[in-house]
Amino acid sequence: MKLEEINVILATDCGSTTTKAILIAREGDEYRLQVRGEAPTTVEAPYEDVTVGVRNAITEVEELSGRRLLDDNGRLIQPATPTEGTDVYVSTSSAGGGLQVAVVGLVRRMTGESAQRAALGAGAIVMDVLALDDGRLPHQRIERLRQLRPDMILISGGVDGGEERRVVAMAELVAAAKPRTRLGARFKLPAIYAGNVEARPRIAEALDEASALTMVDNLRPTLEQENLGPARAEIQEEFLRHVMSQAPGYSELMDWVDADIMPTPAAVGDIIQQIARDQEINIIGVDIGGATTDVFSVFDGTFNRTVSANLGMSYSVANVVAESGLDNVLRWLERDIDASNLDNRIRNKMIRPTTVPQWLEGLKLEQAIAREALRLAFEQHKLLATGLKGVQQERDIAQAFEQTRAGEQTLVDMMRLDMLVGSGGTLSHAPRRVQAAILLIDAFAPEGITRLAVDSIFMMPQLGVLAQVHPEAARQVFLRDCLVRLGTCIAPAGQGQPGKTCVAVTFTDTGERIEVPTGQLVRIDLAEETIREVTVDPVRRYDVGAGRGRAVRTQIEGGVVGLIIDTRGRPLQLPEDPAARREAAGAWAQAVDLYPD
Amino acid sequence: MPGLTVTEAITIRKERRLPLPGRVLVAVSEAVSAEDVVAATELPGSVHTVNVAHDLNVNGDEVPRLMLKAEGDPVKAQEPIAEYKALWGIFHAVSRSPATGTIENISAATGQVLVRGPSLPVELTAYVDGTAVEILGEEGVIVECRGALLQGIIGIGGEARGKLAVMVESPDQRLTAERIAEDCTGKVLVGGSLVTLEALERAREAGAVGVIVGGIDAAVLDELLGERLGVAITGQEEVGLTLIITEGFGELPMAQRSFKLLEAHEGQHASLNGATQIRAGVIRPEVVIPNPDVEAAPAELTATELKVGSPVRLIRDPHFGLLGTVTALPEEPQQIATESLVRVARVQTEDGRELTIPRANIELIQE
Repeated sequence: MKLEEINVILATDCGSTTTKAILIAREGDEYRLQVRGEAPTTVEAPYEDVTVGVRNAITEVEELSGRRLLDDNGRLIQPATPTEGTDVYVSTSSAGGGLQVAVVGLVRRMTGESAQRAALGAGAIVMDVLALDDGRLPHQRIERLRQLRPDMILISGGVDGGEERRVVAMAELVAAAKPRTRLGARFKLPAIYAGNVEARPRIAEALDEASALTMVDNLRPTLEQENLGPARAEIQEEFLRHVMSQAPGYSELMDWVDADIMPTPAAVGDIIQQIARDQEINIIGVDIGGATTDVFSVFDGTFNRTVSANLGMSYSVANVVAESGLDNVLRWLERDIDASNLDNRIRNKMIRPTTVPQWLEGLKLEQAIAREALRLAFEQHKLLATGLKGVQQERDIAQAFEQTRAGEQTLVDMMRLDMLVGSGGTLSHAPRRVQAAILLIDAFAPEGITRLAVDSIFMMPQLGVLAQVHPEAARQVFLRDCLVRLGTCIAPAGQGQPGKTCVAVTFTDTGERIEVPTGQLVRIDLAEETIREVTVDPVRRYDVGAGRGRAVRTQIEGGVVGLIIDTRGRPLQLPEDPAARREAAGAWAQAVDLYPD
Repeated sequence: MPGLTVTEAITIRKERRLPLPGRVLVAVSEAVSAEDVVAATELPGSVHTVNVAHDLNVNGDEVPRLMLKAEGDPVKAQEPIAEYKALWGIFHAVSRSPATGTIENISAATGQVLVRGPSLPVELTAYVDGTAVEILGEEGVIVECRGALLQGIIGIGGEARGKLAVMVESPDQRLTAERIAEDCTGKVLVGGSLVTLEALERAREAGAVGVIVGGIDAAVLDELLGERLGVAITGQEEVGLTLIITEGFGELPMAQRSFKLLEAHEGQHASLNGATQIRAGVIRPEVVIPNPDVEAAPAELTATELKVGSPVRLIRDPHFGLLGTVTALPEEPQQIATESLVRVARVQTEDGRELTIPRANIELIQE
């Protein structure tokens, strides 16, 4: 079917708990979201067939849209007529815990880390990274591999023409572990070799019997070069060939779709990269889920993704508090809560993960925990989104004195960030959009001038996979129905004295000037689809992108929240005295109309 | 809605699967008791690497011809496995096995030899009194039994078996150390609303194999585990007994129905497992009380449809643990105090209040 003949598109995302379906249709020249339906995912017993949940979600779409999509035998009606069926059907999946990969490299912070980036970029969860310098003895590595039961193993190591013997030794360890797959004890574990090409014959000798081995280009052909594309593509290929085809009901689902089923995070990663490319911007995206939080970034065209497996708002909520510490959660609240009772409340959310806050205090607590989950996930992202390690770089005297090892600096530069996009239940379904904006600002602490947005109903995965078949339809729906523009945040970096002027913002067209003292949050209405030119003039101690004390003249975009000027300083520092901190938290919340009175 | 099963009569099928293929020791239709070994295998021993090339100061590709042992040969700890002699023995080096086992692999590529230690026998018991109904090739067996089943909300520790002993008079009483007798060897203690840390320690010292109770303070559980429990994936803990919590965290009276069921089977053997996994592939901790005489319904998912008149429990603060009855189920979503628009239920609580509660925060109590 030609692209211009496509009028109706159905897309689903089979999550670990919920299967979500969206229906897109052409209205005149543009594609728009029509309705969204959802149903519980049915990968587990008693159903053990993913298509049951998919059909249920589609049935809800049928009811809401009035369009019949399934025939009497439960098969999709294709192609579309004016009242029935769909022209295209696509799907993503993270059901059954997503794609789980064990990574084997030589040096943990070099080939190990490159392999980790390749696996994460392909939408995988990295279960562990085994390397010569991981502090484990050989038999401990074997034990670990045996215990893991991954969906596949990615083996890297050595630059092309370099180290061979130790790479083979690692492969021999993998063979000795006789690792088993997670889904079927009778299948050979898929292993992908993406290391020194010259070691291939000996790698094959070591692994052919113990695994279903495939080989791709070295992901680190030279120390100075990272080539993650072929390994990422192969991981997704193996995901379809081995993991998906063995999951219950997926072989049927694979027959239905008009493009390969993608791992959910890979689809989200694609759409984030597409925005960065289209708009030529640096972008950070975050998807906060119940069990995990994914962070995506594109800086100067380099894409990175991390997944924090145990940071989330339901299944992992108690772990967020364990990792951040209760004090770090409580610092966001304007009132003290009884800590012993709090511990029980948080654990009860963990064991009954589908419950929702039903009183305001419960919502405030949940959003305080969300700030910490986002902050911790972002910290982890910054550590992995770095330049290549092990590369000789020229350093000047100042850098040498600063002791920063070149190549270890994170690629994430908050001052150069153009757009921050949030997704996932806590952000997409926050009762007030300003809550999503403040959560993003508090957790990510953007610097300078940054646009903020949220995914309206969490449909980035479906649009990511749709982009494979119909990029223009995906782009149009993304911009018109998916992305909710919250507005712009102006946050000068630096520290100053509370009460003294921090920054002045002047609107060029009207000459209106707003001066904001240090230590405040200010919200100014600036409607959606409004673009205004402003001069942002920080005082001497502060920087908004042009250097300390230097003004920036730029265009800012409005949104449902408007313009937020954050003069609390960067790094973000809250008052240390508990009473002062609570008072400040209350004042900030009131200033931006965060909660009902 | 995650209704937990609490029933007097059900057919339970337990998959008993070995970690690796081995031998199945029972036949289809054979009666088994909980302690019977139904399948056994040997797990490969741990692997030791020997850098023979380094020991002998030779290149890797020379190693195969210098080996004194071949792949598959048994070796003892400190036994020479490779030897290098040159110039009539003037240059002489020996490489020895670090452990007793067998030679697994000799690599000419790396000059390393893998020695695998002795294998570890694994025996799998039937876990419940019942009948073997299906053999899973060489991997295990499905054991079926009839009896009572009670699922908890979260547990700690793995499989255990013991005689039920109820330690409280009513489900709203706490299980304290004073209530526990000095000798509870082999018993599974049943408490009411809360178990204290002292009671858990006392139970362990007295030889109890398990504790079943309504609630526990999060801090007490952390103390018992020696760390904060971050995610509800459990079963591997070694705390000296198996703990099953039926309601949740905090002081929460055990549901009447659960308490009555346990009380009715006092003195009988129960098989319990604390293993819990609250995410994809949900696993709940369980108490199985085999009873071949009951007329059991087949093991299937019970319908959990919310109706006007359904008895429910509220499972979210500020009303956590309250019991009540559904009085209305409005179709249209309603705005609640957080300003969220959600589907709700009207619930008349046992203390006489009429509350509007998000449906997500209600749990059906099975009758």
